[in-house]
Amino acid sequence: MAKRNGKSNMRFMGWRRENGRVGVRNHVIILPLDDLSNAACEAVANNIKGTLAIPHAYGRLQFGEDLALHFRTLIGTGSNPNVAAVVVIGIEEGWTKRIVDGIKKTGKPVTGFGIELNGDIATVAKASRVAKDYLQWASELKREECDISDLWISTKCGESDTTTGLASCPTVGNMYDKLIPKGVYGVFGETSEITGAEHIAKARAISPEIGEKWMKTWQAYEDEVIQAHKTDDLQESQPTKGNIAGGLTTIEEKALGNLEKIGRKCRYIDVLEPAEAPAKGPGLYYMDTSSAAAECLTLMAAAGYVVHTFPTGQGNIVGNPILPVIKISGNPRTVRTMSEHIDLDVSGILRREMTIPDAGDALIEMILRTANGRLTANEALGHREFVLTKLYRSA
Amino acid sequence: MGIPQFLVHNKKDTVGVVVIEGLKAGALMTGVNTANNSSLRLKSRMAIPIGHKIALTDIKTGDTVWKYGEDIGKAVADIGKGEHVHVHNLKTKRW
Repeated sequence: MAKRNGKSNMRFMGWRRENGRVGVRNHVIILPLDDLSNAACEAVANNIKGTLAIPHAYGRLQFGEDLALHFRTLIGTGSNPNVAAVVVIGIEEGWTKRIVDGIKKTGKPVTGFGIELNGDIATVAKASRVAKDYLQWASELKREECDISDLWISTKCGESDTTTGLASCPTVGNMYDKLIPKGVYGVFGETSEITGAEHIAKARAISPEIGEKWMKTWQAYEDEVIQAHKTDDLQESQPTKGNIAGGLTTIEEKALGNLEKIGRKCRYIDVLEPAEAPAKGPGLYYMDTSSAAAECLTLMAAAGYVVHTFPTGQGNIVGNPILPVIKISGNPRTVRTMSEHIDLDVSGILRREMTIPDAGDALIEMILRTANGRLTANEALGHREFVLTKLYRSA
Repeated sequence: MGIPQFLVHNKKDTVGVVVIEGLKAGALMTGVNTANNSSLRLKSRMAIPIGHKIALTDIKTGDTVWKYGEDIGKAVADIGKGEHVHVHNLKTKRW
């Protein structure tokens, strides 16, 4: 691909934020600290059309690492460059301020409101005025031309079947093989879903040390989550009923297809905690996540990723409030029966009418179109699943 | 050649994937090994849905089943060449 002035010819129009990161969406979000504040956030978003409330189920009586993850996820969501400005509402002011202070480090506008001593109605009135100012301010922000290397592109597949291993996952892998050398940030995860292919995942680390770090992460998930809580052989959960309907039989088979997403050449340079922002520069990262789609996407968005590539076989319909999710399918039946959910049809790979490098180029083109503003299927259909990962029960 | 009815990932594999809808028993199938583009012939012994696996060879109970050139589990029943391979005759070696 031709270079221009030392940069690639793959350009898009994005919003460069105060901290230098580039967003491809311009959301003003109304972010609750806790479950109790969802109603006020939704009322503000109803008052101020064009803002987006992000309700969720948690935030009370959490402690330790689970609480740290809660804060990291919410601060990360507000800090994502797809978000222009944030209104935070919490039941009380202390923890609300922690979220505000965390987001403020990006330099973007953010204001918090505590409900106690005010009540919902007065809080909604005050927060709505700020939300209106933010929305009108954000609506005048100009896009500027950016290089593809400004993109942070995440991946996670869902409702996989044998066609994801043959077509849609290798399409993502080919995209990463082409774009990681250009300086994009990538990330993959799904710790339990690599069971059966640990040897391959470990060998794809940049160094033996990072490979060992990955193996420790996998082993901890296996010991602390899977073995500690399983009551059966996990057939029907890993693989899922949908995977099995699609022809996948064992976790080993699913894992091998899953790993096709990291291509042939690129190596991951670090292993991230859930929702942890990458800090070693451009390259591919691994994040310790569940394989549940909405949880995984929420964590990747909180780490700062701005476009998501999502291979699906049987047709996972998940979305995210701030992260556009590009759905790629190679299953001709899914492309036919669930066409409204699919952004990129790569079923030609199964018919041998399309090569994997062709499909990778088509995905890069779709990433650039998405970055330029094309709404993904999940955005058009209103799929905004925001699901916090909970490490253990609240106090 | 036309559109293949099944695809195989690796030369070592003992199963392939049916990639067309409506495959009937007794069909004479053409497949492609995607690693080297070589073609294979196989007769289906049963109707197999799109995306499901077909045995490329006779597989005995206890045998490791290979796909992607890797171990994807063990056969828990004898499987004849051209038969459907799925949860009724293949199990994980993990959990």
